[in-house]
Amino acid sequence: MKTPIYLDNHATTQVDPRVLDAMLPYFTQNFGNAASRNHEFGWIAEQAVDKARKQIADLIGANAKEIIFTSGATESDNLAIKGVAEMYAEKGNHIITAATEHKAVLDTCKKLEKNGYRVTYLPVKGDGLIDLDMLRESITDKTILVTIMYANNEIGVIQPVQEIGKICREKGVLFHTDAVQAVGKVPVDVNKDNIDLASISAHKLYGPKGVGALYVRRRNPRVQITAQMDGGGHERGMRSGTLNVPGIVGLGEACAICQRDMPEETKRLQYLRDKLRSRLEAGLDEIYINGSWEHRLPHSLNMSFLYVEGESLLMGINDVAVSSGSACTSATLEPSYVLKALGLGDDIAHSSIRFGIGRFNTEEQIDYVADKLIDVVGKLRELSPLYEMAKEGIDLSKVAWVRD
Amino acid sequence: MAYSDKVLDHYNNPRNVGSFDKSSENVGTGMVGAPECGDVMKLQIKVNDESGIIEDAKFKTFGCGSAIASSSLATEWLKGKTVDQALAIKNTDIVNELSLPPVKIHCSVLAEDAIKAAISDYRTKQAKKTVVAQTVG
Repeated sequence: MKTPIYLDNHATTQVDPRVLDAMLPYFTQNFGNAASRNHEFGWIAEQAVDKARKQIADLIGANAKEIIFTSGATESDNLAIKGVAEMYAEKGNHIITAATEHKAVLDTCKKLEKNGYRVTYLPVKGDGLIDLDMLRESITDKTILVTIMYANNEIGVIQPVQEIGKICREKGVLFHTDAVQAVGKVPVDVNKDNIDLASISAHKLYGPKGVGALYVRRRNPRVQITAQMDGGGHERGMRSGTLNVPGIVGLGEACAICQRDMPEETKRLQYLRDKLRSRLEAGLDEIYINGSWEHRLPHSLNMSFLYVEGESLLMGINDVAVSSGSACTSATLEPSYVLKALGLGDDIAHSSIRFGIGRFNTEEQIDYVADKLIDVVGKLRELSPLYEMAKEGIDLSKVAWVRD
Repeated sequence: MAYSDKVLDHYNNPRNVGSFDKSSENVGTGMVGAPECGDVMKLQIKVNDESGIIEDAKFKTFGCGSAIASSSLATEWLKGKTVDQALAIKNTDIVNELSLPPVKIHCSVLAEDAIKAAISDYRTKQAKKTVVAQTVG
């Protein structure tokens, strides 16, 4: 079994070899520009792009004409939110989102606030889900967009998307969802789920980095967005720029594989995820799952190991690739804002580890990781003054800490 | 994040992990940091009252690899020093020894604070003993 073991599939995924095979001819043989209308090189490229559009649309229950290609989900989020804000500016200037959204959504909203838009950041409950009544009450006659992610990248929690969409339909407000972590992992259906716009990322579903898509509804209602990339008018004028044909072919193929393999793959990954959880719970005390267990991606696990700090834990399992909500592991030295939004104390955020199990993980790897973690947590707890105090029965929340 | 070999060494083979009896007369205990900040260090010294030399030191730390290494190193340096020599230990010495990057300098500062807190606790106990002796004597 090779190390290091990759268990950080929420951050990115390996490109599936079948996806790479599909992409390669479009670099050197069929290298045409899909917008070259006058020769075979262009027609072949255009055909490949159209095929990919259909593959992506099929995965989410949409029509191929409703798929716009972008450079990735960050761009898709920007395009959806800014595009709607600008297009519907006369209708209103209020946007609703949630505190646990990806930075690509939150920062875009912050930018719009600077330009005179009003944004409501809905809090989440302790399990990570938004309160539907609160959402309903936040909608005003100036609300033009609700943007709430399908599944969260840090804690794996799945929002009540169908209900959110229904509320938006009732109130005549557009609903965008950052569906990056959900597409290809759970059945997403833009009609059943009442979705008007959805962001997709290739590198989260075993496709290449640098390409993504935005689903834009054409009927019931017809959604229009103001382009954020101006130029040759590509993608029905919604996103100019020569199409990344090999990347798009990769995204399409990745979606097709996900659609085909989803039932079996979901079962297998859930089994591995559940096994990791039960092994850890059997081997350690004082460990907690962050976010709703019931409404969660089948391959996702976010756990806090009390009295042990996240970065030191990662150091101990240095042949396993995961990530932590600890401040020490972030570029800004702040603990995870998602975990804070759950109402967890910073000490729990500092002790959290996120596991994202993927297509290329094996049961042998899961067993190894469980053993390693139990060993490292045990050693770090022997080093930990907090564990010592907890074992003595001291209530840590009542201690007067001496801070600088 | 690249760790220096010395930090890795202290992490994998921490020196002087453990606890002394806090109530013991010649033990000084310093506890600094807070769980919310991600760093808590408990540093204890056992001092020979007559010679004023730190005979033994122990630590426990909740924190990243650099924090663990800083406090582990501190206990190594404390053993055999007098209390006054121990007060001269600067966080910059720790930074240099462990090659800590700028973002981890605060770990060394916390270790220096822990040393001072332990010494302060010991001195407070000594002062109380003297008072009692005077009152009784």
